[in-house]
Amino acid sequence: MSFSVNLRNVTLKYGAEDALADVDLDLEAGKIYGLLGRNGAGKTSLLSLIAAFRRPTAGDVLVGGEPVWENAPVVSRVALIREGGDFDDTESVKATIETGQIRPSFDMAYALKLADQFEVPLKKRVSALSRGKRSVLAAICGLAARAELTMFDEVHLGMDAPTRDAFYKELLAEYMDRPHTVVLSTHLIDEVANYLEEVVIVDRGRILRHADIEAFQGMGATLTGPADAVDALGLAALAEQRLGGTKSITVADALDAGTRQRAAAAGIEVGPVGLQDLFIHLTDPNRTGA
Amino acid sequence: MFDDGTPIYRQIADQIKAEILNGSLEPGGKVMSTNQYAAFYQINPATAQKAFRELVDEGVLYKQRGVGMFVADDARDRLAADFRERFFERVLAPLVREARQAGIPLTDIIDYLRDQEGALK
Repeated sequence: MSFSVNLRNVTLKYGAEDALADVDLDLEAGKIYGLLGRNGAGKTSLLSLIAAFRRPTAGDVLVGGEPVWENAPVVSRVALIREGGDFDDTESVKATIETGQIRPSFDMAYALKLADQFEVPLKKRVSALSRGKRSVLAAICGLAARAELTMFDEVHLGMDAPTRDAFYKELLAEYMDRPHTVVLSTHLIDEVANYLEEVVIVDRGRILRHADIEAFQGMGATLTGPADAVDALGLAALAEQRLGGTKSITVADALDAGTRQRAAAAGIEVGPVGLQDLFIHLTDPNRTGA
Repeated sequence: MFDDGTPIYRQIADQIKAEILNGSLEPGGKVMSTNQYAAFYQINPATAQKAFRELVDEGVLYKQRGVGMFVADDARDRLAADFRERFFERVLAPLVREARQAGIPLTDIIDYLRDQEGALK
């Protein structure tokens, strides 16, 4: 059984400041979600509420249909893995992994297999690990938790590219072996895009967009061509660049067939926008509206 | 692969179609499972499933409950007919447009195609 997540009118204040303001969010059970947002957008606050690390100032946070706050049977089957892993630095790696056994579904044999595979030395103290190995240890604890809802908050930070690749591969294998709900919070969007089923973009304490990955991939376009021809299309540009007589604009919406034809006839090149670029433009602080 | 802006599930569907057209997937043959596709291409299994659903809707594949996905008996003929139908719009229309932009008369292209046909014989 994997967990769904529902947030209803959720606000989280730090002092007078809203970290999250009146957020509604529904995550269906058993999917892999990407959580995107700039630094300080509210990603970690959101995940902390879902994992019951924090209590909302107002509103309801439901996991598996139940209020999650002080709900031990639910919380023990939710894993939130933060970068650095929230470990006791004085413990050995082995003892740290064993701590995971407080979860009912923790798989010790799997954890040890992963430690071997990712070459994390069991006897070393956590404090003696490199940043990369520490991130790997955190990821191992998250995978081996075999939770019904597993959330990785920027856990890839510190991992080098081959290690990240191996981690995503393992995550997908574990997901297919045992369907559950996964949330990946990341900055490296294009790197994880193929693994995701839905994407949630958080911006300034609000949910800016929530849609299928395909909707995002079909969403934007770049148009490059003679400046007056590009202008003549009359599209609302998220961003624009000029080089001599050539103009390039990025638009957020999918182009309809008519616009595509007119663009092609006017010698305008139409290209896709990577999810990363689309995200950068959508969350641009100088941008008004959504 | 997967970088030209087309949704991934469509790219997978197109690839399966290409494999049927070139004969590497036989009519009546079994197609790899959703999870095998997902693991091979490192994509979300729901994405692979979308590709299969589209191909089932188009009658290219059919599902046998509990057994798997199979290539429809008439899939190749159907795809070949479809391909011919879209060839002019997909391949020749852009060619004519580009030739116009470059100032190449269509008669030059026709001559070129005639030469090609001669070379093939």
